[in-house]
Amino acid sequence: MGEKVLMKGNDVIAEASIRAGCKCYFGYPITPQTEISHYLAEALPKIGGVFLQAESEIAAINMVYGASSAGIRAMTSSSSPGISLKQEGISYIAGAEIPAVVVNVVRCGPGLGGILPGQCDYFQATKGGGHGDYHNIVLAPNSVQELYELTVRCFNLADKYRMCAMLMADGSLGQMMEAVEFREIEDIEAIDKPWATNGMGTRGHSNYISSVNVNPDELEKLNQRLQAKYREVTKNEIMYEEVNCDNADIMVVSYGTTSRIIKNVIKDARKMGINVGLFRPISLWPFPYDELGKHASHVKAFLSVELSAGQMIDDVRLSVNGKKNCYFYGRTGGNIPSQKEILDEIVKILEKEDR
Amino acid sequence: MPERLVPKSLTDRVWHYCPGCSHGIVHRLIAEVIDELEIQGTVIGVAPVGCAYNNYEYFNFDIIQAAHGRAPAVATGVKRVLPDRMVFTYQGDGDLAAIGTAEIIHAAARGENFTTVFINNAIYGMTSGQMAPTTLPNQVTMTSPNGRDTSSQGFPIRMSEMLALQDGTAFVERVSTHDVRHIIQAKRAIKKAFKVQQAGLGFSIVEVLSTCPTNWGLSPLKAQKWLEENMIPYYALGNIKGKDIKV
Ligand SMILES: Cc1ncc(C[n+]2csc(CCOP(=O)(O)OP(=O)(O)O)c2C)c(N)n1
Ligand code: SF4
Repeated sequence: MGEKVLMKGNDVIAEASIRAGCKCYFGYPITPQTEISHYLAEALPKIGGVFLQAESEIAAINMVYGASSAGIRAMTSSSSPGISLKQEGISYIAGAEIPAVVVNVVRCGPGLGGILPGQCDYFQATKGGGHGDYHNIVLAPNSVQELYELTVRCFNLADKYRMCAMLMADGSLGQMMEAVEFREIEDIEAIDKPWATNGMGTRGHSNYISSVNVNPDELEKLNQRLQAKYREVTKNEIMYEEVNCDNADIMVVSYGTTSRIIKNVIKDARKMGINVGLFRPISLWPFPYDELGKHASHVKAFLSVELSAGQMIDDVRLSVNGKKNCYFYGRTGGNIPSQKEILDEIVKILEKEDR
Repeated sequence: MPERLVPKSLTDRVWHYCPGCSHGIVHRLIAEVIDELEIQGTVIGVAPVGCAYNNYEYFNFDIIQAAHGRAPAVATGVKRVLPDRMVFTYQGDGDLAAIGTAEIIHAAARGENFTTVFINNAIYGMTSGQMAPTTLPNQVTMTSPNGRDTSSQGFPIRMSEMLALQDGTAFVERVSTHDVRHIIQAKRAIKKAFKVQQAGLGFSIVEVLSTCPTNWGLSPLKAQKWLEENMIPYYALGNIKGKDIKV
């Protein structure tokens, strides 16, 4: 068992990347995740790694594209407006099938928005974001401990499936101080990368990395291969947590920061004789549709609680598939819903459902 | 077996480039330089978006195809993690002088130790002949049908001079492909740029004045003449920085 240390969320993401074997980081400053680059500016050179502050998020993601193509574990991090700029690069990473880890410490938008926490990039992260038929693996931690574990997991999954893995945190997790234990995580070793463009050397043939193909049949074949890969990821990599789900009257669906509030709402509700369940998707893509949907047989209703105007609710509806009513409660602008707000909402919904 | 006349660093594939296009010439020069420096096993090229997007079909060494204008950032990523490899970008004037201006200038300013081969054909080739940042005043293109009007469409950018101003830039030379004498000089400059990189001296770039007969609406021969008579007066040939470097 490792020792527990008190650390800030953003620092833990940085430390986790190093423990995962990340050798280089490229980024452009943006609040609320600048601590990641401060930490890595110190730490990476000490282990012979590369830290580079890029001229823009566009450049940063393309530097990741280059380093990853060369077979080296690479990461970039940013927050919402910067992640928008990275979308072209992320689409190329998908098309060229190279691994990459992108961290989004989400703030609130649209536009320049504000620097307070948000979950309003859910659509962007899980439904595409850039152009073309592709997906990223998207993992959403809700504690500093999970920032560590899921950052490492992002690196492993990115290498395993040769695709972009995104860590979706938010400003409040990034700034949060909490105890973390850097437990040994298995399969941290990078896997073999015979496809890498690291100089043909004695390989005997050249490699190339590219997302372009002007032959319709070949491009369709690439798309079919990508879709097969995404099905494989969906089969193997779904993650979620269930709290008090079996006897729940109402199922609250929530991830990241808001899911922590729901755990307290469960206690408050119990005092009022209401059984609230929490279903917390950890992998936002692949989304646990079936795992959530099966609860439609025994709960009265579903409630998606988000720091957005209603994004994950679409996936909740798809899971429930019309079997029960799905409600939404969210705050935007960086406001965090209080336990009482959410509980009032639950009471209102149950009154309506019981009528 | 007859001797193979193609450099080792080129494949046997037939160019898809138009007749009289400079791209094929410059590919060959790069391949010859790579053979002569014996770096086929350690070189990694970065391909642009533009007519040369798929130059990995022709180059017989590792290539990464980059997004439009982003080749210098991709090359930065590669070279930083593999500093003992030789890295170069191959970019057109739309790629380097329009959409990718930020990436190239910052790579130069940081003194990134890679080489750029910059194909300036004064037009957007692949997208069928629109005005480029390098299009000459009064030059007719699909988006400057009456000739580039500098009062509303601005002036051509001299990228090499601009990049030479950066302290991180070690070597800059502008060359041409309009006749054999200049092609030989172009090869010499490319070789020197690669050697500057081998010596770890910083960013190196060779701007190659090139023809696009198809979109200029000229025969290959007339295109060479047009380049000589119109481009060279605006884009002066010769070394711009690093002339005295001995490598
Ligand atoms: C983001 C983006 N914008 C626009 C394009 C379309 N496009 C393809 S090639 C090109 C310009 C190519 O011109 P140049 O760089 O001069 O190279 P050439 O074809 O002349 O060799 C453009 C604008 C693209 N592929 N991606
Ligand atoms: S369009 Fe122009 S640049 Fe492109 S291959 Fe043809 S001649 Fe060359």
